[in-house]
Amino acid sequence: MAQKKFVVGCFDDEATLFPAVKQVRTAGYKIKDVYTPFPVHGLDHALGMRETSLHTAGFIYGITGTTTAISCISWIFTKDWPLNIGGKPHFALPAWIPIIFELTVLFAAVGMVLTFCYLCQLAPGVKKHHFHKRATDDLFVMVIECTDKTNADDLQALLKSNGAVETETQVAEDGWWFGTYDKEDDLYNQKQLA
Amino acid sequence: MHIKYESQLREPLVYGEKTYKQVTEDIVRPIEAKPTRLWYIGFYIAVTLLMFGVYSVYREVTYGIGQWNLNKTIGWGWDITNFVWWVGIGHAGTLISAVLLLFRQGWRTGVNRAAEAMTIFAVMCAGQFPIFHMGRVWMAFFVMPYPNSRGPLWVNFNSPLLWDVFAISTYFTVSLLFWYSGLLPDFATVRDRAFTKLRKKLYGIAAFGWTGSTKHWQRHESLSLVLAGLSTPLVLSVHTIVSFDFATSVIPGWHTTIFPPYFVAGAIFSGFAMVQSLLVIVRKVFGLEDYITIGHIDLMNKVIVLTGSIVGIAYLTELFMGWYSQNKYEGYTFWYSRAYLFSPYGWSYWGMMACNVISPQIFWSRKMRRNVFVTFFMSIIVNIGMWFERFVIIVTSLYRDYLPSSWSVYYSPTIWEIGFYMGTFGLFFTCFFLFAKYFPVIAVAEIKYVLKRSGESYKPGMTNLEAETAEEFAHNHAH
Repeated sequence: MAQKKFVVGCFDDEATLFPAVKQVRTAGYKIKDVYTPFPVHGLDHALGMRETSLHTAGFIYGITGTTTAISCISWIFTKDWPLNIGGKPHFALPAWIPIIFELTVLFAAVGMVLTFCYLCQLAPGVKKHHFHKRATDDLFVMVIECTDKTNADDLQALLKSNGAVETETQVAEDGWWFGTYDKEDDLYNQKQLA
Repeated sequence: MHIKYESQLREPLVYGEKTYKQVTEDIVRPIEAKPTRLWYIGFYIAVTLLMFGVYSVYREVTYGIGQWNLNKTIGWGWDITNFVWWVGIGHAGTLISAVLLLFRQGWRTGVNRAAEAMTIFAVMCAGQFPIFHMGRVWMAFFVMPYPNSRGPLWVNFNSPLLWDVFAISTYFTVSLLFWYSGLLPDFATVRDRAFTKLRKKLYGIAAFGWTGSTKHWQRHESLSLVLAGLSTPLVLSVHTIVSFDFATSVIPGWHTTIFPPYFVAGAIFSGFAMVQSLLVIVRKVFGLEDYITIGHIDLMNKVIVLTGSIVGIAYLTELFMGWYSQNKYEGYTFWYSRAYLFSPYGWSYWGMMACNVISPQIFWSRKMRRNVFVTFFMSIIVNIGMWFERFVIIVTSLYRDYLPSSWSVYYSPTIWEIGFYMGTFGLFFTCFFLFAKYFPVIAVAEIKYVLKRSGESYKPGMTNLEAETAEEFAHNHAH
């Protein structure tokens, strides 16, 4: 896997993060990502990300469920084994609505969660490099990938002047690999918690 | 989540001087600490109950349904009563997490995690009853439609009992996915502050490699919103379909069109009561009073008094229709078997009325709604009442049917029926104790999201408002 060089700037308040994102982007740097402990609304737009299409995928999975239910039940009850239930019609659509609905929801939910995990590359046992341990606690961690032209010191100075509380340059794996966090990471120092 | 504007006059959702770090500390600390003595005692009691339940089920599987006191007339007794009771309890979690998310109710953030966990465990308990009621439980997979070597002989898609199979299993799956996807970021938080290797490893696996990337959060938000949108009709459909098990039959007392809304209201009623019972204890034991505030308890008690009154109106409507329809079987069921105090099961009907309709009216008083002891006591009363409701519906409709020759002798459960019920309590509390110890009982990331909007130390509140002149107010709060 590719080792790459990154400049990392940590912010402790979303109020300073937003102007910093704007400044860094205006200065011509491409922000790889901002790692935050909770969803910061509007940050995706500030970073120039497009809207997710996950809900469209959900809709497609949903109608797949609807079609599966209707086609399976109608085939079973009218063609494969037409069961006589008190002389009622074999094609009994109103009585199938509950199951059609349930399968719609089931397909949409399961499909969306799997798609979400696929898109975000999340799975049990997947390991990704953490630029800062406190990114899931209380820091907003901006990461900029260095190119040949990037002067890391200048960039760190720019981040500092925009309110970053910590900056550093890291060489790290891009992407994910299988592994567990206990082996490769040093553990959180108990003193840091106090 | 998703509160854009929060009124200054509204009570804060998080009390105390909190920072993001403090929020993590407060909620994750119980996971990192050794379990208390009280936890062990509670856990062992739960496991003991579970073992008794396992033995009761073993008797039932080995010797057959004859281990229970069901008979030809009363084919559904404690088992289906317990099934409906647990499923009902299982409604509050998804209601809190999904419906309140769609209605933009910020207060759901403090209670949704524990309520969803409760939902999942309650549905697990509920599922046991119809499965073991089948008798030959090793053939339980016959309820799934799959091409088989018996014809293929398919299941009956027109039957409410099969709708139930689909509804409950879908509900369980979707609730589990919703709950777990919300847990991912919080597991990552626990993982990243772990100071033992084992914890780092296990929470690392559980967190699926979550990093908190902005794009991931964007998708996560979209996922939560759509899952909430899907779960909202789902949660209403589940108890509707459970009520169809009764309403599509021709049994007096079951054959009524008000069952779906009446059952759904009852489910929310009992579910919120169970959430109250659990959270009143959890917030005390883990010192989370700043997050599960008295305001949360107040709001949930409002839901309880509302849904309790809806259920009360449903009871009265049924009685009215029992008379107004002039159907003698309906009249007999409602006015003799149920509402006549000195009929064999009159005590259960009036127990239900007292617990579900009369006693929750105490919550019209704000003082009572905000009293933790009253809340805990009432939550137990409500759940007893809701158990009586299902017992009344099932047993009083069945024990005297159209043919007096098949009228049942008095039905009371055997020790193995009671044991099975106790066993599900064991299952529920075993799971809940494990959850409370090893999972973040409050959604850490969601609390951080609302902290600066609705935390006490970030809200100027009334003091600032009163200091402002009218012009300043208009200027500062114009939107």
